Amino acid sequence: MMTINELQLKSKEYRRKILKYIYHAKAGHTGGSLSIIDILNVLYNRILKVSPETWSSKTRDIYIQSKGHCVEALYVVLADKGFFPEDDLLTLCQYQSPYIGHPTKKIKGMEQNTGGLGHGLSICCGSALAAKKDESPVKVFTVLGDGEMAEGSNWEAFMFAAHYKLDNLCAVLDYNKLQITAANADVMGLEPLDKKLEAFGWAVKHIDGHDIDALVNTFESLPFEKGKPSFVIAHTVKGKGVSYMENVLKWHHGVPNAEQLEIAMNELG
Amino acid sequence: MSQESMNAQTGISLANLEIFASTLETIAKADKDIYAVTSDSRGSGKLVSFGQKLPEQIIEIGIAEQNLVGVAAGLSSMGKKVFAVSPACFLTARALEQIKNDVCYSNNPVKLIGISAGVSYGALGSTHHSLHDFAVMRAIHNITVVAPADNFETAEAIRQAAQAAQPFYIRFGKKVMPSLSETNTQFEFGKGRVIKEGKDIVLIATGEAVYPALQAAEQLSTENIDAAVISMHTIKPLDTELIARYAQKCKAIITIEEHSIYGGLGEACASFLLQNQLNKPFKIMGIPDEYTVTGSQNEIFSHYGLTGRGIAEESRKFLK
Repeated sequence: MMTINELQLKSKEYRRKILKYIYHAKAGHTGGSLSIIDILNVLYNRILKVSPETWSSKTRDIYIQSKGHCVEALYVVLADKGFFPEDDLLTLCQYQSPYIGHPTKKIKGMEQNTGGLGHGLSICCGSALAAKKDESPVKVFTVLGDGEMAEGSNWEAFMFAAHYKLDNLCAVLDYNKLQITAANADVMGLEPLDKKLEAFGWAVKHIDGHDIDALVNTFESLPFEKGKPSFVIAHTVKGKGVSYMENVLKWHHGVPNAEQLEIAMNELG
Repeated sequence: MSQESMNAQTGISLANLEIFASTLETIAKADKDIYAVTSDSRGSGKLVSFGQKLPEQIIEIGIAEQNLVGVAAGLSSMGKKVFAVSPACFLTARALEQIKNDVCYSNNPVKLIGISAGVSYGALGSTHHSLHDFAVMRAIHNITVVAPADNFETAEAIRQAAQAAQPFYIRFGKKVMPSLSETNTQFEFGKGRVIKEGKDIVLIATGEAVYPALQAAEQLSTENIDAAVISMHTIKPLDTELIARYAQKCKAIITIEEHSIYGGLGEACASFLLQNQLNKPFKIMGIPDEYTVTGSQNEIFSHYGLTGRGIAEESRKFLK
């Protein structure tokens, strides 16, 4: 089992790879991939019972990335876990490559074709309910973005999950506070989010989304409350790990040039 | 032969909605992986009995069609055979993105059931009418689009869809639909069902517009006009081979549907015919592009000539 220290080193490795492949493809959702990566690191290396070998098992745990656009983060983690050869990522966004700018089931390890925001949680609700019906140990996870939280379909799903007591379901907000045009608070603010989600019948925890130790402990304590779905508000930094990207709007989907890439790689060394 | 087709042969006709519900209940009793998912539509979907007898196999979403389809996709991804039941007007509008992405693009084999389709809701008005559904569904890859005409077609569509691991959209109304044929008991998705042979003109209709087409053909036969009637229950994939055969045989073609004249069965046929140099006199009958006249379903049909009389009149125009 990977130690906290090993996981922390893994995060740096993942960040370097995210930048490498975005640079190569000349496209990608950079800032968000860097904010989500620690969450995915902990999920895939410590929490989720899923692997290339168990991929077609009915009792595998399920992760659906509702904020589908941060696919580069998911690609590097899945490659690292052996779902496909990492070299495949050199074809990212190329003509006829299955490695497109959003998750697709063509890629082993990807559950659904996400990308349209506000869809992942509903699908997860269906999967979690099926697991309950089957008395299966399957746990279902999803990560949403803060801009995405404005989509009303999410709130239909929040109601549903509480109504059906889906305590095998955990949703995480990659709360990096920036969307495309401006800060989330200025576009369509979410606060007080914890109170809203609690009012909808969820059990809510706040954590630092880059604190590996906190991520491990939080996920290992699921469900937060029996009979309630769990929500993790993970406070993150868009562009985390690269000084000139952190909290800068334009890095939502910015591609570093060669010089910038070198600076970033040194910082992540 | 199914109970439903036996009923039809003995003259007991019901609404396609009732046949849908009874068929679903029958197959769900034998297969606990069959689920009905509803948007507060148990009453309107005639699934109250289903809900009482198979409470573990019905899932209520509430009036939240987007979540309905997303949840259906999720259940389906876990191996359940899911029938998502909601009025066609809401299912194919509000939840269209979920249909497009979570059912079709992600290939989760949900059976989308659009109840009270077309102008079934009559005087409740246009918010409750679905005259766009064939048009939008045709333009989305990976879905079979079906409008069963009578009880037999409805029962078969539900039964066969349950066994097919692919997405479906099946829509029908709630008025009693008489059996179209005592002899033609063939049902295959993607294959048109010839209800009446003929060589002068072919009436290609779908769903609950087939019956008035048959009535028109019966009227015309008393005037020595030999009209063929095809129930084109599957709009997509269209049975182009059958259309070509009858287009070659007959002098004119009329399509009839409980749908906009845009983007539905008619334009699907027209597109095929013109691109294959099968240029015969051709007319699309349906609901025109205007604020739909108010009234009951029957009154609306009558107003737009979607009756035996109206269709016979259009047919005569081609054959004078």
